[in-house]
Amino acid sequence: MHRFLKTVSSSEMRKTFLKSFLLFSVLILSQISFGKEKEDKHGEEGHGKDLKTEIKEYIHHHLQDSHDFSLFSYTKENGEHKYVGFPLPVILWDDGLKVFSSSKFHHGETLAEVDGNHYKLYHSKIYRTDANGTIDYDESHHPTNIKPLDFSITKNVVMIIVTGLLMLWLFSSLARSYTKNNGIPTGAGRFFEPIVLYIRDDIARPNIGEKRYKKYMPFLLTIFFFIWFLNMFGMTPLGINVTGNIAITTALAILTFLITNFTGTKDYWMHQFNPLGDSLPWYGKIPLYIILVPIELLGLIIKPFSLLIRLYANMQAGHIVIGSLIGLMFIFKSWLGSPLSFGLAFAIMLIEVLVALLQAYIFTMLSALYFGFASEEHEHDHGHEAEVAH
Amino acid sequence: MEKLLEEFSLGLFFWQTLLFLLLLWLLWKFAWKPILNAVNDREEGIKNALQAAEDAKKEMQNVTADSENLLQEARAEREKMLKEAREIKEKMIADAKEQAQVEGDKMLKQAQAAIESEKKAAVADIKEQVATLSVDIAEKVIKGELSDKKKQLKVVEDMLGDVKLN
Repeated sequence: MHRFLKTVSSSEMRKTFLKSFLLFSVLILSQISFGKEKEDKHGEEGHGKDLKTEIKEYIHHHLQDSHDFSLFSYTKENGEHKYVGFPLPVILWDDGLKVFSSSKFHHGETLAEVDGNHYKLYHSKIYRTDANGTIDYDESHHPTNIKPLDFSITKNVVMIIVTGLLMLWLFSSLARSYTKNNGIPTGAGRFFEPIVLYIRDDIARPNIGEKRYKKYMPFLLTIFFFIWFLNMFGMTPLGINVTGNIAITTALAILTFLITNFTGTKDYWMHQFNPLGDSLPWYGKIPLYIILVPIELLGLIIKPFSLLIRLYANMQAGHIVIGSLIGLMFIFKSWLGSPLSFGLAFAIMLIEVLVALLQAYIFTMLSALYFGFASEEHEHDHGHEAEVAH
Repeated sequence: MEKLLEEFSLGLFFWQTLLFLLLLWLLWKFAWKPILNAVNDREEGIKNALQAAEDAKKEMQNVTADSENLLQEARAEREKMLKEAREIKEKMIADAKEQAQVEGDKMLKQAQAAIESEKKAAVADIKEQVATLSVDIAEKVIKGELSDKKKQLKVVEDMLGDVKLN
């Protein structure tokens, strides 16, 4: 007992020490950075701002999809930017199909000339320009050049393919291991089988119901592992941000939306257009339904919309935070600030690993919930009994 | 919102939808279906095995109970048989005794009757013989007596004296 108390008090002490240390370092840090800023202003003008802008652009660039797969880049002594990576095919629909390698853009430094048309890569988007590569802007500084339909195999598309192949390999080998090993998984399957079972027993079954959950299982499993794996790829230093891309999350949410409404039962649609059921006479329902029915119908759209925004915002925010914290290391350039932002970045990274799993879980969970709403069949008799009781 | 729309890339959306549907279909066919079926089969197997074990346990209990019952029954049967045998024995003894008694009595009676009849026959025979003898003797005596006239008259006188005319 005595010993126990002792350990408790020592851990308590350690905590308070840690707290005061953190507080102290934050104070020192603010002093240092403040001082540094002043120094920057006094000394070489704009250098600090340059670094900050560079970091900001770097983060922004990292969040964007890109037409080539660059692993890293560095600046040579003569000021030349060197990229290490590989180019990806660009596929444009601009009065006919145009396919060429993204190496023609030289990372946006040069124009690509295909079939007499000139294309320029500007902020990760391809515009058709004249031979000089001039970009015209409107008042709010948006380019007014023609944007051809871009079906390029971008970095994100490559990552989708990689993830898809990984999933195919993982899960088909898991499926094969059942037949080979008499119903018991081997290798990585031992890790993934409980997750598959978790999705079945704790997401699909309780939310959709014992009778109908089976037909939704493939979608739920695919979407869970797809989001989770891509989220985890986003944690690697390769600069991949697939699930933090609005087009990706939109595509996923639209699938959930379509499945929800195409598998919707009569009861589900009745609920949309007649939410109050028989609890009111028809003349009583009219004023309420003027408000209720539009809300219900809006809810159809809002549900998947919240899905797509939630996943997009979470992943995007995580990447921004980590990028900023890593950027802070270079801004501080001090013996205290840099390790601290490193520690902070590390801690956020751990949280992000959790968030990667959590967001996949939430997306799957909510999809299952919506499917459950749509495929629900009410027992009408119960409702009538309740009314009689009233 | 405007920024979001600007960020939205139709090409990426197209590829994502296409590739995801392809992935969904392939995984459905080659992974999820066999995995879920295998897991289902395994669970069914486990459930069945447990059920079978439970059944076997019940069966075992039944068998034990049955054998116990059988033993009990056999014991009761033996008891009953022993009792019956004892009863039969006793009855047989009693019957035999009774029969013997009756038979004995009957024989005794028959013997007695035979003795009686024999005795009667003997007595009758003796009587007859005695009568015959007496007659013979009387004949001889009378023959001797009546050989002269005086004697014949004396007899008649004696006889007449005996009669006394009542």
